[in-house]
Amino acid sequence: MYDPTVARLTYRALLGRRRALILGALPLLLIAISVVVRGLAGADDQTASDLLGGLALATMVPIIGVIAGTGAIGPEIDDGSVVYLLSKPLKRPTIIFTKLIVAIAVTMVFSALPTLIAGFILNGNGQQIAVAYTVAALVSSIAYAALFLLLGTVSRHAVVFGLVYALVWEALFGSLVPGARTLSVQQWSLAVAHKVAGGDLVTSDVGLTTATVFLVAVTVLATWYAGQKLRSLTLAGEE
Amino acid sequence: MAVEQPMRSPVATPGDQTRIHNIGYRNYDGPRLGRSYATRSLYSQSLRGSYGLGRSIKSKVLPMLLFVVMCVPAAIMVAVAVATKAKDLPVDYTRYAIIMQAVISLYVASQAPQSVSRDLRFKTVPLYFSRPIETADYVRAKYAALASALFVLTAAPLLVLYVGALLAKLDFADQTKGFAQGLVSVALLSLLFAGIGLVIASVTPRRGFGIAAVIAVMTISYGAVSTLQAIADNQDSTGAIPWIGLFSPVTLIDGVQSAFLGASSAFPGAVGPTNGEGAVYVLVVLGLIAACYGLLLRRYKKVGL
Repeated sequence: MYDPTVARLTYRALLGRRRALILGALPLLLIAISVVVRGLAGADDQTASDLLGGLALATMVPIIGVIAGTGAIGPEIDDGSVVYLLSKPLKRPTIIFTKLIVAIAVTMVFSALPTLIAGFILNGNGQQIAVAYTVAALVSSIAYAALFLLLGTVSRHAVVFGLVYALVWEALFGSLVPGARTLSVQQWSLAVAHKVAGGDLVTSDVGLTTATVFLVAVTVLATWYAGQKLRSLTLAGEE
Repeated sequence: MAVEQPMRSPVATPGDQTRIHNIGYRNYDGPRLGRSYATRSLYSQSLRGSYGLGRSIKSKVLPMLLFVVMCVPAAIMVAVAVATKAKDLPVDYTRYAIIMQAVISLYVASQAPQSVSRDLRFKTVPLYFSRPIETADYVRAKYAALASALFVLTAAPLLVLYVGALLAKLDFADQTKGFAQGLVSVALLSLLFAGIGLVIASVTPRRGFGIAAVIAVMTISYGAVSTLQAIADNQDSTGAIPWIGLFSPVTLIDGVQSAFLGASSAFPGAVGPTNGEGAVYVLVVLGLIAACYGLLLRRYKKVGL
């Protein structure tokens, strides 16, 4: 199910040349802000929770997920070089699975790891906040990567649709329509984080069971459907 | 349509086989429209392209959808104001763009790369520069086109609000003043956002990556700034709030308009910049616009060759 060559090529496409630097800029910014906040405000659990929840989990994880998830397959389909990959004797689901693993790994390294560091800088893991948000970031990395990888195979405007989901649906609709929060990766991962932290600093609108079922279902279904899409891929010219 | 040219009859003389045939090509002697015409065409084509006009149906969907999403809340507000005979509109003209900033950022992120990245990727930039236009013309045309497209996007809902306010018989002088202030603020916003979007998009030939980079700069900087401002507000260090606001495009525009255009600030605690700080805001905004233009010029000095 896992092909090292495809994995290597995907890593190169995602992190090659200067792209790793650009991807690395976001986590660095988060860590820099945490240092500033710690210096200004001192260690405060509520501040740490606000910063990690508002900036790291709500903004940074989805954006990195979009870049990694769609970037793992989108550009190849876009410039047509995916045919060289598809013409190799590899199962299409294998290709998708390998790319998913790489996308998840990249998202985790560039979002969950800085979340952990930022959490420790902010309040030294008081009330398990740093660990809770790191777990949330890890869990949502998997779901986001699978979801956006699927978008990458379905649409040529995958990045835009991914961002519309991450910013408009989760942030804007989620704050206006409470029902939209049930269908949000962010809330599902917060439910897991709530279980880890135990306190009431990290809260979610969905229960743990619902969240787990949704997370697993979305990840598996998205990966399966992306494999199916890749089996019947039609290459279109630039519009 | 071939034009018959009198040809010297090729009477073959033995021993002299080489000759140049005149096969009737003619030079173009019609009017030459020149550099400014080419720049204007590039401007109008780019502007139309920003809304998907003259492109496929699929590329019309997103810009048109965002345009509708921008205008619908304004229409709803107007309808409510007319129906309830309100004394005032529910939002200020200057506040509207700040509320809808996610939509504006998405529009810039999707249209800036489509305006410049594709030219880079398909290597059509050298073809432009083989025409009479210069580097500066290309940059000016693209910048002006995206800024105009953004102005259309942000000014249209204000127009809806204004017309609705007049229909609801609100105070004419008051509404006109607010409308004018709103227009100035969205004009500044259009120039600033278009500049930032184009600079980022012109670096990458990959459309997808450009979109993500633009949106990351817009939203992450806003998220970081508003988080820091909220913390400063909690710590009662209200003096720091305006200075933190200098670091993201949206809060820059917010600061300028709350200092000089009579807007109420969206900063936490509604602490807008004072006049002195407002002057710094204006300087930073103008400096950023000039810097974006300069960076674009520098980028295209190299890329055209």
